[in-house]
Amino acid sequence: MPTLTLSHVTKSFRDQRALCDVTLSVDAGERVALLGHNGAGKSTLMKIVLGLIAADSGTIAILGSPQGSPAARRATSYLPENVAFHPALSGLEQLRLYLRLRGEPVDQAADLLERVGLGSAGRRRIGGYSKGMRQRVGLAQALIGRPQLLVLDEPTSGLDPVSRRDFYSILNDLAGAGTAILLSSHALTEVEAQTDRIAILSNGLLVANDSLASLRRRAALPIQVQIATRPDTVEEVVRRVAGTRVNGTRVELTCRHDNKLTRLAEVAGLGDLVEDVEIIPPSLEQIYHHFSKAGAEQ
Amino acid sequence: MTGIAAIAICEFKVALRNRWVAIAVLIMALFAAVLSAAGSAPSGELGVDKLSLTVASLTSLAVYLVPLVALLMAFDAISGEKERGTLPLLLTYPVSRLEILLGKFVAHLGTLALAIAVGYAIAALAALSFDSQALQGLPALARLYLTSLLLGAAFLGLGYAISAVAARPGAAAGAAIAVWLILIVLYDLALLASVVADNGGAFTQSVFPWLLLANPADAFRLYNLAASEGTSAATGLGGAAQTISPGFALVSVAAWSVIAIGLATAAFRSVKP
Repeated sequence: MPTLTLSHVTKSFRDQRALCDVTLSVDAGERVALLGHNGAGKSTLMKIVLGLIAADSGTIAILGSPQGSPAARRATSYLPENVAFHPALSGLEQLRLYLRLRGEPVDQAADLLERVGLGSAGRRRIGGYSKGMRQRVGLAQALIGRPQLLVLDEPTSGLDPVSRRDFYSILNDLAGAGTAILLSSHALTEVEAQTDRIAILSNGLLVANDSLASLRRRAALPIQVQIATRPDTVEEVVRRVAGTRVNGTRVELTCRHDNKLTRLAEVAGLGDLVEDVEIIPPSLEQIYHHFSKAGAEQ
Repeated sequence: MTGIAAIAICEFKVALRNRWVAIAVLIMALFAAVLSAAGSAPSGELGVDKLSLTVASLTSLAVYLVPLVALLMAFDAISGEKERGTLPLLLTYPVSRLEILLGKFVAHLGTLALAIAVGYAIAALAALSFDSQALQGLPALARLYLTSLLLGAAFLGLGYAISAVAARPGAAAGAAIAVWLILIVLYDLALLASVVADNGGAFTQSVFPWLLLANPADAFRLYNLAASEGTSAATGLGGAAQTISPGFALVSVAAWSVIAIGLATAAFRSVKP
């Protein structure tokens, strides 16, 4: 049984469509990235999963329990976008509240803060924290009690690159221990390396839901091959591979996925004319645009 | 149960840190001390012990201050969480909205209980030190203390209901002050004007007593002034108060505290995060 199952979930706000017949599941230990433009329905979907708002139709189950039920809430942790806390409380005090609410021993608070790199700031008031520090407190509270489902809304938006790396290493540990992770993000390159599956929402529709490799195949976007030549061979290379000259020592050509090897064989046949070859697959940005454009047209 | 305790511990810490505990205790202590210092010189003439007299004065004080302090502590309870953006995360925890509300209620009522206890203790000690007969007034003081908590609970509940309905803390604060002004000041003025205009007619005889009971603050005052002979004598309370059994007044104050918490729960349940 998947940890999270949504089937045929539909939600409208007045006459504005927010989600339309969305079916999606996340298995234990799986990391799923939810992508989409602002207003595509990502936050709405998350709030429905968390039981904060009700769907108009469709069913949502977390380990077999309906969303928002006590069992579902016990199994789920959430990190909201721009997470906020009471400014008068210290990081430690705030975490003790969340530990008590989950029925966990309060002496874990210091360890949790240590784990997210906030050990030394625990006694200071959250009112004086930076956005990145608040985000870490948010992550710390989401780790309480080894959640079975972790829902993260734009989790790395306030973090610097080093913190992002630490953040994903914590997520990977959790996923390794069986936590199902659903996260939304705008940072596509980051998601590319850190998730198992990508779900793209566009205008309330789920337009893609697959691994990156499969999406890449389905989108069938051209692959780019960049050839570095010597200054005196560039003309000949352009002629022989029917590529485009970029500058005095570089030639570019594009090919489809199914004739990639043929084209590469041609390039390899150039022998000494070529100094180096780089193959650039379609980026997640391009794939994302491909699918979200398809959704916008529906 | 653990949810209520968790919220209560956290809210009490916030109340301590935001100086709400200190402010509430200070307000009550200051007013009680001023009241004792101003004294109740005519006690000897009335043949009433000094503590009963103090209870009568404290009742008039509490009817203004307890609702005010309660509303000031309550208006931010939910509107503040909405404004800070802390509500959605809290609502995903395995804790019901009723538990969240009751947790805040326990912390705020505890703060109020502490403040009122300090204030009344100062006034009582002053009375006891001047009059050896003052111990006779202790039951009246105990009744005053417990009903002050009921009155505080009623206005905490009203404050939470306002806080849940209001979009922002500023609006909630304004509405809380308006409720205080209407229930504590304008309500009595309107009743007084009606009684004067009615000139002892049917309104004064049959409707007025029930209207007094309908307002928790008036019911609180009525109960405390009528429940003990000492305080009745001290205030010379007559008329309407004697036509109503103090029991009804007590039921009204208690009922209001339950109704107000119920209203607050209903209002909080309709909040969409």
